[in-house]
Amino acid sequence: MNGEVKKGYVRGLDIKNGRVDMSHGSGGRAMAQLIEELFASAFDNEYLRQGNDGALLPAAGGRLVMATDAHVVSPLFFPGGDIGCLSVHGTINDVAVMGAKPLYLAASFILEEGFPLVDLQRIVQSMAAAARDAGVPVVTGDTKVVEQGKADGVFITTTGVGVVMDGVDLTGANVRPGDVILISGSMGDHGMAIMSRRENLDFDVPIESDTAALHHLIAAMLESGADIRCLRDPTRGGLATTLNEIAKQSRVGLTINEEAIPVKPVVAAACEFLGLDPLYVANEGKLIAICAASDAERLLAVMRAHPLAGDAAIIGAAHVDPHHFVQMKTSFGGRRNVDWLAGEQLPRIC
Amino acid sequence: MCLAIPARIEELTTPGNAIVNLGGVRKEISLALVDDAAIGEYVIVHVGYALQKVDEQEAIRTLEMFAEMGQLDELHAELNGTVS
Amino acid sequence: MKYIDEFRDGELAKNIVANIRREAATDKNYSFMEFCGGHTHAISRYGIADLLPANVRMIHGPGCPVCVLPIGRVDQAIRLALELNVIVCTYADTMRVPASDNLSLMRAKARGGDVRMIYSPQDALKIARDNPLREVVFFAIGFETTTPPTALIIKQAKDEGVTNFSVLCNHVLTPAAITHILQSPEVRQYGTVPLDGFIGPAHVSVVIGSQPYEHFSSEYRKPVVIAGFEPLDVLQAILMLIRQINDGRAEVENEFTRAVTREGNLKAQAMVSEVLELRRSFEWRGLGEVPYSALKIRSAYALYDAETRYGIGYKPVADNKACECGAILRGVKKPQDCKVFGTVCTPENPLGSCMVSSEGACAAHYSYGRFKDIEVVSV
Repeated sequence: MNGEVKKGYVRGLDIKNGRVDMSHGSGGRAMAQLIEELFASAFDNEYLRQGNDGALLPAAGGRLVMATDAHVVSPLFFPGGDIGCLSVHGTINDVAVMGAKPLYLAASFILEEGFPLVDLQRIVQSMAAAARDAGVPVVTGDTKVVEQGKADGVFITTTGVGVVMDGVDLTGANVRPGDVILISGSMGDHGMAIMSRRENLDFDVPIESDTAALHHLIAAMLESGADIRCLRDPTRGGLATTLNEIAKQSRVGLTINEEAIPVKPVVAAACEFLGLDPLYVANEGKLIAICAASDAERLLAVMRAHPLAGDAAIIGAAHVDPHHFVQMKTSFGGRRNVDWLAGEQLPRIC
Repeated sequence: MCLAIPARIEELTTPGNAIVNLGGVRKEISLALVDDAAIGEYVIVHVGYALQKVDEQEAIRTLEMFAEMGQLDELHAELNGTVS
Repeated sequence: MKYIDEFRDGELAKNIVANIRREAATDKNYSFMEFCGGHTHAISRYGIADLLPANVRMIHGPGCPVCVLPIGRVDQAIRLALELNVIVCTYADTMRVPASDNLSLMRAKARGGDVRMIYSPQDALKIARDNPLREVVFFAIGFETTTPPTALIIKQAKDEGVTNFSVLCNHVLTPAAITHILQSPEVRQYGTVPLDGFIGPAHVSVVIGSQPYEHFSSEYRKPVVIAGFEPLDVLQAILMLIRQINDGRAEVENEFTRAVTREGNLKAQAMVSEVLELRRSFEWRGLGEVPYSALKIRSAYALYDAETRYGIGYKPVADNKACECGAILRGVKKPQDCKVFGTVCTPENPLGSCMVSSEGACAAHYSYGRFKDIEVVSV
């Protein structure tokens, strides 16, 4: 870099009291400083150090999977996580449920003018730690700044790329009648952690978001040799919405057992308080797996052996149904539809 | 429009308010519509207000009613020749 | 969760269902109306109708205050938000009720109206205190359960001298609605809607007591069993109604004794009478004008009455011609009988209020019960 001013003459970023301002998005020295001191130092890896507009990556040697997700969660910091690690885990999971080994991430930030740098640093460091722990580097990124009021503090979009091994073919269209449905753990944790913050509920034991990267769990599941038809993570819209998507894609009916679905008691209580149904509440560290019936027990054992899926359970099965309904056997022995989420799930008072 | 939940009074706060606990979830609500509510008692809470105390004895009796086998009725029906 | 989990016990459910199956006389048909939307929701969510013998049928009544809220009333709230720049505070349930000009409170919010979802009237008063330069209106709806909190908040606003706060009062009364149904020609004369008894609302009865229903059993000879909200309560109430029919009785029985007494919550009733009074008549969506069925704010609290404060008149608006909500609310038709059910009218795109609220008969059936209409082959 030519024309570099001697180190002693350059003021570092004032993380403690500084705020994002329009110059940080202008492409000039202020932006370079922000990127260098805040982002690059946190994410540091050989690809980022190339310092170009795009990252030059080695040949992948297999079919590629790409996934992208924008993260606009509010509040930015919540029990169990923040928008930063959420954005890393979410995209890693979207790649991994395709049966791919996640390799690289890209991250783009839309920052609101006035956003405190200390909060931005906290978020970026959380992202960097999540990426490091997962072994998936952030190799390229972008930053833009918008006027005050045009963004909710910060919006983060992450894109992930991974490679699929030969012979692995996971898709929501593969499910056949007789296949068994498994989930990796308790439902509703993330959504209720967020919702409860918004509704000013207090807890004896706080509800923590379950945000986590699932690719190692998925690798173990694939290695087991079980005949897995599809994997999916039930994020917005919850278990119910994801099952409806799969039912429609595979053109089958799905029936689940209410008793078999794990829900943490405090999450169930928070849902009661707000009039919500845990089946529709978002999860950020859980997955649904559908596999051939003969492999279900084996797959369950593999899942339960992994720290992120200790509460894994078999919850139901697929069957012939020309209407592709998702149904549930209630704890009562009755039956009901589990329909698509209609609009945003609003807390009921009625 | 009557979703109300039974919750235990955990703490009495500013006059007329209390913190209630349902399954580990706590919220501050108003006791303005209920007299003499004490810590440890259960109240029915609706839109941030306690509407009534839950009567423990009656709750127990109701659960017992659910478990009744209805044998007397069966006998009655047999005697009267109606289908049982 | 105490007082919840044990009232949802599957084993006890089996026992009550066995009793119902044993005692429902095979040569009789039993049609019971569950008045309260909360019961409709419980019945759907737990698949209760599925467990009942074929000759016991549940009819969904108009006890869903969102469903019976006329379009014109939602229009008033929307006008306040969009034209008068008022902060409109509303319960979540009302956000998506379809109103005039293809609007709803949620859509008004998207257009820039300051509409805020609240959990309690206290949240609305706090918003007023926090925004002294803005006008704040609490859009109050609900049956007798929700009315005492509204009365309290008006009183509190007056006592505290909060001057930028008022209430748009749309509280409605249960006994008036039940009378209206019982007097409808389909029930009274034609017998096209067989109605053998009522499951009385749970939390409304906590407030008003069991006494107001005695009128129905004596005058109209219909048994009433007040039931709690949990599925076991509902099942037991159905059993109690069947027994009354079999015995030829028409009484008011109380299954929800752990919270309902004969006189109800007198303190709450007194609070309501102090602040609110009867309207001579009120339009219910689907039922038309019903006399002495709703409440308005007394003149002593006129400052807190949004209707007088802003002079917004009420303009009745007719329902979509294809909408059968009226007939469905009265139990005359089922959701499946409506030509637009599930086609044009869906939870995403509701034409009428029965589809908006998750307690509405149509939404409940669409979400939970559609599989019964269509034969499903399951393995």
